Amino acid sequence: MEDDAPVIYGLEFQARALTAQTAETDAIRFLVGTQSLKFDNQIHIIDFDDENNIINKNVLLHQAGEIWHIGASPADKAVLTTCYNKTSDSRVVSCAAIWRMPSDWETGSHESPDDSAHNPQTLELLCHLDDSAHSNAACVLWEPMGDGKRVISLADNHALLWDLQESSTQATVSSTATLEGKGQLKFTSGKWSPHHNCSQLATANDTAIRGWDLRTMSQIYCIENAHGQLVRDLDFNPNRQYYLSSCGDDCKVKFWDVRNVQEPVKTLEEHSHWVWSVRYNHSHDQLVLTASSDSRLILSNMVSISSEPFGHLVDDEELSEGEDNHQEDKGKEPLKDSVVSTYEEHEDSVYAAEWSSADPWLFASLSYDGRLVINRVPRALKYRILL
Amino acid sequence: MSGEADGSVVVSEDGGRRRRVHGMLKLYYGMNEEGKAEEQPESLDPCDINGPHFDPEVFLNKLRRECSLAELMDQETCMVKQIRSLDSDMQTLVYENYNKFISATDTIRKMKNDFKKMEDEMDCLSANMAAITEFSARISGTLQDQHAQITKLSGVHTLLRKLQFLFELPARLNKCLELQAYAQAVRSHRRARCVLQQYSHLPSFKGIQDDCHAIMDKLAQELRQKFRDGGSSAKDLSECVELLLQLDEPAEELCDKFLSHARSRLVSDLQGLEAEIRPYPSASTVKDASAHRLPSTAAAGSPTDASPKTSATPSPSSNTDILEFIDRGCNEFVSSLCLVITSYQELFINHAQTGELASKNIPQMANGKLHAFVDDLAAQYFSLVERRIQEEKGVADNSLLVRALDRFHRRLQAVAKLLPGSAVPNQGTEIVIRAATERVKQYLSALQSFYMDSLTDVRQALATPRLSVAGASVAGGGALLGGPTSRDAPSSLPELLSSLSASILNQIKSVLASVHLFTAKDITFSNKPYFKGEFCSQGVRESLVVSFIKFVCQSSRQFCESAGDKGGSTPPALLLLLSRLCLDYETSTISYILTLTDEQFLVQHHSPVTPVTTLCAEAREAAQKLLNHYVKVQGLIISQMLRKSVETRDWVNTIEPRNVRAVMKRVVEDTTSIDVQVGLLYEEGVRKAHSSDSSKRTFSVYSSSRQQARYAASYTPSAPMDTNLLSNIHKLFSERIDIFSSVEFNKVSVMTGIIKISLKTFLECVRLRTFGRYGLQQIQVDCHYLQMYLWRFVSDENLVHFLLDEIVGSSAHRCLDPAPMEQSVIEVICERG
Repeated sequence: MEDDAPVIYGLEFQARALTAQTAETDAIRFLVGTQSLKFDNQIHIIDFDDENNIINKNVLLHQAGEIWHIGASPADKAVLTTCYNKTSDSRVVSCAAIWRMPSDWETGSHESPDDSAHNPQTLELLCHLDDSAHSNAACVLWEPMGDGKRVISLADNHALLWDLQESSTQATVSSTATLEGKGQLKFTSGKWSPHHNCSQLATANDTAIRGWDLRTMSQIYCIENAHGQLVRDLDFNPNRQYYLSSCGDDCKVKFWDVRNVQEPVKTLEEHSHWVWSVRYNHSHDQLVLTASSDSRLILSNMVSISSEPFGHLVDDEELSEGEDNHQEDKGKEPLKDSVVSTYEEHEDSVYAAEWSSADPWLFASLSYDGRLVINRVPRALKYRILL
Repeated sequence: MSGEADGSVVVSEDGGRRRRVHGMLKLYYGMNEEGKAEEQPESLDPCDINGPHFDPEVFLNKLRRECSLAELMDQETCMVKQIRSLDSDMQTLVYENYNKFISATDTIRKMKNDFKKMEDEMDCLSANMAAITEFSARISGTLQDQHAQITKLSGVHTLLRKLQFLFELPARLNKCLELQAYAQAVRSHRRARCVLQQYSHLPSFKGIQDDCHAIMDKLAQELRQKFRDGGSSAKDLSECVELLLQLDEPAEELCDKFLSHARSRLVSDLQGLEAEIRPYPSASTVKDASAHRLPSTAAAGSPTDASPKTSATPSPSSNTDILEFIDRGCNEFVSSLCLVITSYQELFINHAQTGELASKNIPQMANGKLHAFVDDLAAQYFSLVERRIQEEKGVADNSLLVRALDRFHRRLQAVAKLLPGSAVPNQGTEIVIRAATERVKQYLSALQSFYMDSLTDVRQALATPRLSVAGASVAGGGALLGGPTSRDAPSSLPELLSSLSASILNQIKSVLASVHLFTAKDITFSNKPYFKGEFCSQGVRESLVVSFIKFVCQSSRQFCESAGDKGGSTPPALLLLLSRLCLDYETSTISYILTLTDEQFLVQHHSPVTPVTTLCAEAREAAQKLLNHYVKVQGLIISQMLRKSVETRDWVNTIEPRNVRAVMKRVVEDTTSIDVQVGLLYEEGVRKAHSSDSSKRTFSVYSSSRQQARYAASYTPSAPMDTNLLSNIHKLFSERIDIFSSVEFNKVSVMTGIIKISLKTFLECVRLRTFGRYGLQQIQVDCHYLQMYLWRFVSDENLVHFLLDEIVGSSAHRCLDPAPMEQSVIEVICERG
C-alpha cells in the first residue's frame, strides 16, 4: 500500500495564512493569503483534484495589504475574513475585514487559465471589522458551524463579538471582553469552541490560555504558564468538549482538560523549534497535525486521549466476515499514542497547517517561502481507523 | 593291667570254672568287656594262647602241623617256663587275698559292738525330747491370755498417741503459726489431714478438723499475704509457693499470682524505662503502651518539638542516650525477667515434675502461662525499645546505636536459653533488623539532605561571587578586543565541582563506615543470615548506595523539569555543574562507589542487584538532560534579549544606523562568558577547520556574492519567482538544522546549541516585523557584528553564516524600502563599536 506522493504548489510570494474553505464539503479547497510588501497581495484558491492528483488554482487580488490571517465563513462559500497589514505614511496598521469573492471567479479561471495570474479579479469588500477604539486585529474567528452571522475578532487585548447584518455588509459590536493586567497584554491567537452551543472562546496571550463565556463575556478558566514561552495556537477537540490542544515556543504540544488545568493531560515534544499551529482532524480526533518553524509537519496519532480510545467498535457482522479479517485483527492491536509521520517537504518554517473540510484524510501545510504541500494520512493508518 | 592279663591267661588255661571266676573278678575290678575291645579281633583266633577263644586242640594240631621237632621242643620248654611263673604268681595272689579277708572279718566284728552302744543312747535322747515338749506345751498354755492382753494394750497406746497428736494439732499449728514455722505446720497438717478426713463424721474429729481448717486457712492466708506483699526474697517466695502448693492451693491461681506479682515489679521497671523515653512523664500508667505511642510519635514528627533533637545529642536531663537506655533496660528489666523465669520454672515446672503434681498437667499449664507472660511483657518492652530507637534520629554516632542493639540482642539470648520455645529472641532480632533498615533509611535521607544542602551551598557560592562573575563576563567581552584579562574569578566553578564531588564521596564513605558497624565481627547479631546477606545487598547496596545515586540523577532531572517553565530559578551554572557531576559519575564515580561497597560488605548477590551499567546509563542520561537544559536555558536568556530588542523597536521609523545596537554587544558578551563558563568544565571539542581570520573571509562571501544576488532578485519586480528559486536552491544544499537538539559533552557543541537557538529566535522575530530602510540597515550592521564574534564559538561556522544570512534576507523581504547599506560602511561601523 504505497501512499500517494505529496502534491506541492509554489506561490510567488511568502505566505502565512491558510484555511480550508469551510462551507465547501464537496471539493477539496484551500485558501492561501500572501504576504508581500511590494506587490498586490493575493488570495489563492487552491482546488485539489483527488483523483487525478492535480491542483487547480485561482487568484483573487487582496489589495488592502499583506495577509496575516485568513478565515472562511462556515455558511457562505464566497465569504471570508482576513487580517492584514496596511502601510501608509511609514506606518503599519493591522486591520480586519470581511470580503466576498466575485461570483464568477470559477468561470473566469476556466475560460482563460493563463490570464488569471495576470488579470486576477478583486475581492469585494463587505465591511471592515474595526472601530476607532479597537485595532490591530490578530485574528478573526467565525462561529463554528454557525450561519455566518457572528464573528469574533481579537484585537490587542480585546475580544470583540460582531453581529453581521444585511448579507454581512454591516457589522456591529455586540459585546466585548477585555483582558486586563499589568503590562501591554495582547491576544496572540484564539479559537471558538464548537461545544456548549458555541458559547465559549479560548484565547492565548503570552504564556497563558484563557477561556471565555461569550454570553457574559467573562473569563471561565485560565491556564497560567500553559507553555514555557509564548503560546502560538490552540484547537478544540471536535468531539470531546473539554479537551483542548495548544502549542508554543517551548517546542511542545500540550493537551488540556479544561476542567483540571493544573497539569496537561499529555505533552508532545517532537518538534525541534517553535510550534506554530496545531489542528485536530474534524472527524477522527486522534489525528493531530502540528506545524513548526523547524520546517516540519508532524502528524500524531493521539489515541489515548481521543474520543475513541479503544479504536472503532467492530460490529458482529464484520467479525463474521471470515478469515481475511482474522489476519488483520492480529495487526490491529490497540494503537498507542505515536507520531504517525513527519513531513519534510518544506524548506522553510511552516506557519500553518489545515485539514480539508471535504476529505478528512487530506491536509495542507504552508511554509513561509510560499510552498503549499498537500498530503494524505497514510493509508495503513486510515484503514486501521476505519476498519 | 598286664599282670591281670597274665592272670586271666592262667585262669583260662584251667578250664570253664576258672573262666567264670575270671569274669567275676573282672566285674569286681570294674573292667568290662569293652576294656578289651581292641584285643577282640586277635582273641577270635583259637590259636592265640592269651585269647578267650583259645582251643588247646586246635593249637596243638597247629603246632604239630607247622613246627619241626626242635621248634616243638623249644615251644614246650618255653611253655613249661611260662606255666611255672604263672603258678608262682597265682600263689602270691591267693596269699594276699587271704590276708585281706582276715582283716575284713575283724573290722566287721568290731562294728557290730559299736552299733549296739549307739542304739542305747538314741533311745535316751528321744525320751528327753518328749519331756521337753510336754513342758513347753504346758508353759505356753499358761501364758497365752496375758500375751493377747499386752498386744491390745500396745495398740491402744499408739492410737492414743495419734489421738493426742490430733487433739494437740490445733494448738501446735497455732504455735507454728506464731513462730512462723509454716513448713512444720504444713507438714503436721498433711499428716493429720487424711485421718481427719476419714473420721469427719464423728463430732469431736469434726471439731478438730474444723479448727485445723480454720488455722490452715489462716496460714494459707498469711502465706498468700506474704506472697502478695512481695517484699520477701525470691527464696522466701519460692518457699511460700511450695507450701501453698502442698496446701492444695490451685496451682493455676498460684501461677497467676506469682506472675502478676512478678509483672508488677517488671512493669515498674518498664515504667522507669518509659519515663526515660518521655521527657515529660505523665501521670497515666504505662499499662497501655500503645496509647502512649501516639503522642510520642507525634512529638517526634513535629520538628518544633525538642525531643527528637535532644535524643540525638546527649541530653542534660531526662533523656539518656540510647546505650544507657538499653543498658538500663537490660539490667533492670531483662535480668529480672530472667530471674522470674528461672524461679518460676524452678517452682512450677521442674519441681512439679518430680512431685505428685505432675499428674495434674501442671507443668504444661504453667509453661503456657509463662510463655504468655513473657511474650506480653517482652512485647511491652520491645515497644518501648522500638520507640526509643525511633527517636534515635541523629545519624551522628552510629556506634552507640550498634552497641546498644548489640547489648539488647545479647541479653535476649539469655531469655532464649531459659525459654527455648519462646518467640522473644526472634522478635528481638526482628527489632534489630528493623532498626538497622531504619538506620539505613535515615542514612539515605541524611545523604540526600546532605546532597541538597551541598547544592544549596553551591548555589550560594554561585550567587555570592555573582558580582565578580558578572565583572569577569564584562571583562571577557572586552577581552575579545583587548585580550584575556581576568579568568580567575569564575574559576571557582571547577573548584566547586571538585569540592562538591569530594564532599559527597566523603559523606558516602563515612556513611558506609558507619553502616559497616552493623556487620562487625564482634557484634552478636552480625552473624544472623539477614546481616550476612540481605542487609549487605538489599539494605546497604541497593537501598542506600544505589538509591542515593538514583536520587542524585533523579534530583538532577527534576532541575530540568521544574525549570521547564519560565526558565526556572535554577542558575544555569548549577545546571552545568550538575551535568558535569553526573558525567563524572557515569565515567568513574559510580563504579568506584559500588566497588567500594562490595568490597566493604563482601556482598554476595543472592537476589538480583542493580548493575553498574544501568546506573551509569541513568547518570549519563541525567547529564545529557542537564546539559541540554543548560543549552536551552542559556539560549532562552539570549533569545529573550534578542526578541525584546526586535519586538519593541519601531523598525519602520528608525534612524540611520551609527552603531551596533547595545543588545548585540550584550549578546556577544554573554556568549563569551558562557563560553568561559562551559570551558571550565568541559573540553573544547572538535570543530571544523577554519582559517585564522574566518570572520573576514566568510563575511565577504556572505555579503557580496550570494546575498547580493538575492537582494537584487527580490527587488526587481519583473522576476518575483527568482527569490524563491534562489533561496530554495540555496537551501537544497544546506543541511536541515535542528534547533533544540541534543548536544555533545563538549564546549563547542554546547555553544553551537546556544547560538543556534538565539539566532533562530532572531530570525523568527524579524519575520514578524516590517522594516524601513534604516531598519534593514541596522539589522545588517547587527548581523555583521554577530558574524564577527560568534563564528569562533561554534563547530561549524557555516551554520552561523547561514542563519545570519537568513535573518538579513528575511528582513530585506520585510522591508518597505530595501536599500542595503554598503559593505564597507557596515565594516567601519562594526569595527568602531
